[in-house]
Formats: sequence, structure tokens, C-alpha cells
Amino acid sequence: MSLSGTLANTPPIDSVGVAERVARFSTRSIKKTSKMEALKLALSMIDLTTLEGKDTEDKVRRLCYKARHLHVDLPDLPTVAAVCVYPTMVKVAREELNDCGVKVAAVATSFPSGQDDLSLRIRQTKGAVRHGAQEIDMVISRGRFLAGDYQYVTDEIVAVKEACGEAHLKVILETGELYTLENVRKASDIAIHAGADFIKTSTGKVQPAATMEVTLVMLEAIRDHFQETGKIVGMKPAGGISNSKIAIRYLVMLRETLGNRWLTPKLFRFGASSLANDLLMQIVKQSSGVYQSSNYFSID
Amino acid sequence: MAKKHSNKLDFDTGWHYDPAPESPELAKLKDSYDLFIDGKFVKPTSGKYFDTTSPSSQKTLAKVAEADKRDVAKAVTAARKAYEGTWSRIRPSERGKYLFRIARVIQERSRELAVTESLDGGKPIRESRDIDLPLVAAHFFYHAGWADKLSYAFPGRKVGPVGVAGQIIPWNFPLLMAAWKIAPALATGNTVVIKPAETTPLTSLKLAEILQEVDLPPGVVNILTGAGSTGECIVRHPDVDKIAFTGSTEVGKLIRKTLAGTDKRLTLELGGKAANIVFEDAALDQAVEGIVNGIFFNQGHVCCAGSRLLVQESISEKIVRKLKDRMETLVVGDPLDKNTDIGAINSKEQLKKIQGYLKVGQREGAEIFQTSCPLPKRGNWCPPTLFLNASQSHRISQEEIFGPVLAIQTFRTVDEAIEKANNTPFGLSGGVWTDKGAKAFHVSERIKAGVVWTNTFNKFDPASPFGGYKESGFGREGGRHGLEAYLNISETGGNR
Repeated sequence: MSLSGTLANTPPIDSVGVAERVARFSTRSIKKTSKMEALKLALSMIDLTTLEGKDTEDKVRRLCYKARHLHVDLPDLPTVAAVCVYPTMVKVAREELNDCGVKVAAVATSFPSGQDDLSLRIRQTKGAVRHGAQEIDMVISRGRFLAGDYQYVTDEIVAVKEACGEAHLKVILETGELYTLENVRKASDIAIHAGADFIKTSTGKVQPAATMEVTLVMLEAIRDHFQETGKIVGMKPAGGISNSKIAIRYLVMLRETLGNRWLTPKLFRFGASSLANDLLMQIVKQSSGVYQSSNYFSID
Repeated sequence: MAKKHSNKLDFDTGWHYDPAPESPELAKLKDSYDLFIDGKFVKPTSGKYFDTTSPSSQKTLAKVAEADKRDVAKAVTAARKAYEGTWSRIRPSERGKYLFRIARVIQERSRELAVTESLDGGKPIRESRDIDLPLVAAHFFYHAGWADKLSYAFPGRKVGPVGVAGQIIPWNFPLLMAAWKIAPALATGNTVVIKPAETTPLTSLKLAEILQEVDLPPGVVNILTGAGSTGECIVRHPDVDKIAFTGSTEVGKLIRKTLAGTDKRLTLELGGKAANIVFEDAALDQAVEGIVNGIFFNQGHVCCAGSRLLVQESISEKIVRKLKDRMETLVVGDPLDKNTDIGAINSKEQLKKIQGYLKVGQREGAEIFQTSCPLPKRGNWCPPTLFLNASQSHRISQEEIFGPVLAIQTFRTVDEAIEKANNTPFGLSGGVWTDKGAKAFHVSERIKAGVVWTNTFNKFDPASPFGGYKESGFGREGGRHGLEAYLNISETGGNR
């Protein structure tokens, strides 16, 4: 796939202006019904994640149970959107979730660094899909990107997308390694152009992970692409979104940048592990008027 | 990818923000306010009071005294006495202490003041809380610092106060304009007779309470409420040494005529019709934010508003699309709601004027766009409005509308942009949006306006001088330059 034209449309980004816009989102005051709706929406958008070397099948099973049964007492709760694991855990996650609606996502392509032969990374992707992964979270080659080899990055995304078959492809830009918002925008344009279904900020293994500034620049890339070509691409900020207050600010940003069409787990996800319990605690507080001890929320 | 799609973003359905209003009780208003003369609240000689109403709820907020010629005379006498007896004589560092105290009490009472400002004037609480009030305190803090350092501001020259300053301020930033006027006057050793606008007197009267609270010597600041005729009495009073006016160009011209042949000093800060110039190499999404901030800030009741948009032809379609989308997310409504972006138009009279221009623009052939945000039933409201394909000769491109109405024109070359930007009787502000540093400097140097913002708009700081070219007035407020308006500066004292 040729890159010509894609980067010619990439606009300059003014980081001071981006920070001001983000500050403005954060002044929105979300109360009452709108808060409850936001909390439930955020819950439904979570990719419940465990990506550690020490993960065991047992831990993944417990995570899947939690994904399906978020809270014993609360009525009308949504489930989370997906469970996100390493390729070795896809099979067990798929068994556990059966076909309950919660998707199984696998990080692939030599996550988190991406430092391997493309052929091996593609083989890993195909393996994960064969084991039942419905979504693939790939990483781009940041070294190649920073060296200016945009064509390589385009080609690797195209190749992985092909390997995904029916599975949805989320492209992780690892914005913490891209240094500037202009690079974030450029990488977003490349990923969207090359066929990403979602673009995603971070692996969670590099700091800083998701920030509102980075996410806004990526949302603007999605918007421009949508308005120029009609193609709809999703967004997944990941890492660092640990509580409800921050999550609601992201939803405000999403609503005022891309509009209501994107306010769905089909097009927006939070990559997070501890967010779910904080949302649950807030939901209980909204309905009962008091905060419960964190001991009442299971930590799987 | 030049294919056309009808890919509209949807900001209408689904998740909405519930109202999150501040309580009007926080304003702690009295039923009636008297004139503040010689450190005390006194009844007006005529016994007349007028109502001040909320432009959103239309409710009467309080009765306010109307000062006439006799009250002005009393106030000027008090100001003269305070000037001769205390204020010009006390140590400059003492003047500084009073200003610091005022600034601190303003910070302490900032929530009450912000709610009052939004109730009485109609501006959104987000702005009065996050912009007006912090700037008000900052102006007092900044000038407090100057009080005992004036000789350093003008090295080698001798400086002294002017005397009694008569000050008349507008309704768009009621308390902020009071701060802009009072803080430099007091720091430099002058005393003040000030008149807030008829529709927005309440925060100035609360400031009077604060001046009492900090024990400012009686007569140093006198606050007279009333309409235009009260202002005229101040302008005509023979014992006033200096007039400072912020308001319409029309009234500014009248004041200048009145003062012709007198030895009163004068500074005027009047209207504007600023051009916001967006080049094709600008950071587009951030430029859109700047355009929105430039024209919809404070319902467009801003003398330095970016009320003309000059956008380079090659990106005009894209910018207009982005602008329309952004405007659809603006919340118009209750000024006390923390989520409101655009509040109420300050008065019925002003609303009528804006609506007149909406008709004029359409008659002139410009294409109108207004957002679909629902407006409250009661109150003075105007949805954010664009006029597309405006031409330089349209009245909507030439005259100050002072509302949330933006006239959009395109240009091809840098020279054309500069020419169009300067082709106006005004010269208060301007904006330049480009990612290229050289271009930014080239253009901003050639815009004939008192302030030119690059890649931002409507940024204020007490250290930065503000004022106009041409019919936008003369004299500067803020910064070292702003002190000059309140000082007699002689060349003779200079062997320090």
C-alpha cells in the first residue's frame, strides 16, 4: 500500500492548544443521571486486562469470571467489552467466556516491543486468531517510525491486518515512545490508512501511557479520516486511566470530538485493570448515597 | 481523496450533561444598594433608585441608587480631600499594602463575586470563575507591587500622581474593568470616582464592601451607580483631573469632544473589529478552538473579540466544517450552570442590536449558520452564529456587533490577508494562526492593532499593556505602559 498523500494531509499540532482544549473538557460537571449513564457506559467499554509474565491459566479464568459477573447485587449492569491477554492464554479465556458476548483480545506481534522478524510476528498473530482471539492488539515498530521509515510501518500493519482475517485489529502506537504530538498524529494517520479497526495509545509497559492530550490528537485523526473518507475507526486509550473521574473526562472528550456515534464499546475502549472496581464503587455510591469499603469489591 | 461523503457527526442524541448550577444564594445580595461616597454607603440626593435585573431569569436582583450631579459633586469633593489629605502623601509602600489586602479579600470572596457577576451580567460561571475573578485579583496584586517602585518604572525621570480620576466602565467585564481602572490609579497615588455600567452595578458595589472591609481611607475610591447621564456629570465636573473610559466608540467620541479645550487628561478604550487570520499551514484543530474562543467568549461582548475570520482559501471548507462541528457542542443557557459555554446577552437593548445585524447580514447576501442548541424560554439569548461568504464591504464585516456573530471571509495571499485585516476603522486586536515562525512575525508586525495574538486568542495578563489604534482609542492599560496614564512624568528630576 502506498503512503503517498496520507502524510501530506497530516496537519501541524500545537501542543499548547491541545492542552487548553483538554483542560476545557475537564471542567465539564457531570452529575446525577448523566453521571450514572457515564459510569455504566465506561464499564461497558473496558478491556479487562492482564499482561504479565507471571500470568497463569487460573488467573485468566478468574478474570473472565469477573468480566461476566461484575457485581453480585447491582441490577442492570453491563459486562465489560473484552478480556485482553497474551496469546498463550487465548484458549482458556475463550473456553471460560464461551459466547457470552465478552470478546477475547490478544496482544500479538511480539508485544510490547515489536522487536522481531515480521514473519514471526505474523505467525504469532495467526496463532492467536486460530486459538479463538476475536481481537488482536498489535504494536508498531517504533524504531522504524522514528527513523522515518513510514513505509515499513504501513506495510507491517497491512500484513498483520491480513493475518487477522475476521478478527478486529487494534494498532498500538506506543505514544510514550513517539515523543511529540505531531508524531502521534502521523502514526495515527498511517495506522488508519493501513487498515486499523482501532488505534490504541499504549502497551501499558511504557510511561507515559494514555494521556488526554494524546487521545485527543488521535480522536481528531479519526474524525478527519471519517469526514474525508467515511471510514469509521475506533479508539482505545490504555494505561493510567485508573478511576471514574478520569474515565468520565475521556467520555466528555469523546462526545465533544466525535459525537454520540462513538459512544459505544464497538468504537471506544478503555484498556485498564483497576478502573472497573472504581466504576463499580461509584455506581454503588450513586444508587445508595454512600461509599462502600473497597473490601466489598473483588480484586480479580 | 476528494470524494464527497455526507459524514456528519452527531452531537444531538444520546448521552447529555445534566444541569449543574451554582446556587444564586451564593451571591448574598441585599435588596437595595446605596452610593459609595467618602467611605460610606449614602442615599442618593434625588432619592431615586433603579432595578438591576438578571438577563437570564429576568428577575429583579436589587434596587440600585441613581447618582445625579449633586452626588457626583459630593464624590469628587471626597476624592479631592482624600487625595490632598492622605492618599498622595502616605508612603507608597502603604498604598501597596492596601492593594494587596484588596486582592486577597477578592480571592477569599471570589465565589460570591463570580456568582454575582454571572447573575447580573449573564456571562457563564465557568468564565467568571476561571477567567474574570482570577484576573481581577491578579490586577490588584500586580499593581500593589508597583506602588513603591514607580521610579524604577521610569528611570531618570520624576513621577507623581495626576489627582482625581473619573472612570467610566462597561458592562461586559464589570468587575474586571473596575480592577483595570482602580488598581493602577491607586498604585500611582490618585483617588477615584468610578461609575459602573447601568446593567451591571452589583460587583462594583460588592467591591465597595471590600474596600470598607480593608479599611481603605475614606474618599480614595467613590463608586457611583447610574446611567449615561451620571457618567456625563463625572466627565464634565471641573475638579476631575483625568478621565478614563472604556466603552463604545460613539460615546468615546462624545467624551473627547466634551473635553476639548480643558486640561483634563483622557484615555479611551473603545470598540474593535478584530481579524483572526488562519493560514493553511496552521494547526487547524487548535485554530478552530482559537476562533471559537475569539468570538464566543463572553457571548462576543468583548471589545477585542475576533469577530472577523480571514481564512486561507485552500482550507476554508475544512475550517468551516470543523467550526460548525465545534459550535454544535457549545452549550447555550443558564449562566450559573457550570456546563454553560455561552450565557445570556447582557440586555434587551443589546439583543435587539445583534438581531438587527443578523437581518442586515442576510440582506447583504451573506449565508447564515446558527447552531441547533435549544435556547431557554425566558431571557435574552442569541445562538452562536456564522456568516459565510461575507465580503469586506458588508456592514457585518465593518461594524462592531458585540455579540456571538462571526463574519467569515477568505484570502489567497499573505498581503491580501494583511490588507483586509487593516481595512477597518478599528485597531484593538488581531490573531495570526500559522505553524511558521517567520510568517507569524511578518504578519503580526503589520497588523495595526494594540495586541496581536499568535496561535492563541483572548489571553490577558496584568503585565501586558492593552489598548487601541485608530478608533479603538488611545492610552494603554496594564503593564508599565498602563502606569503612564495615571502619572505626571517630568524630565527634570533626572540625576538618580
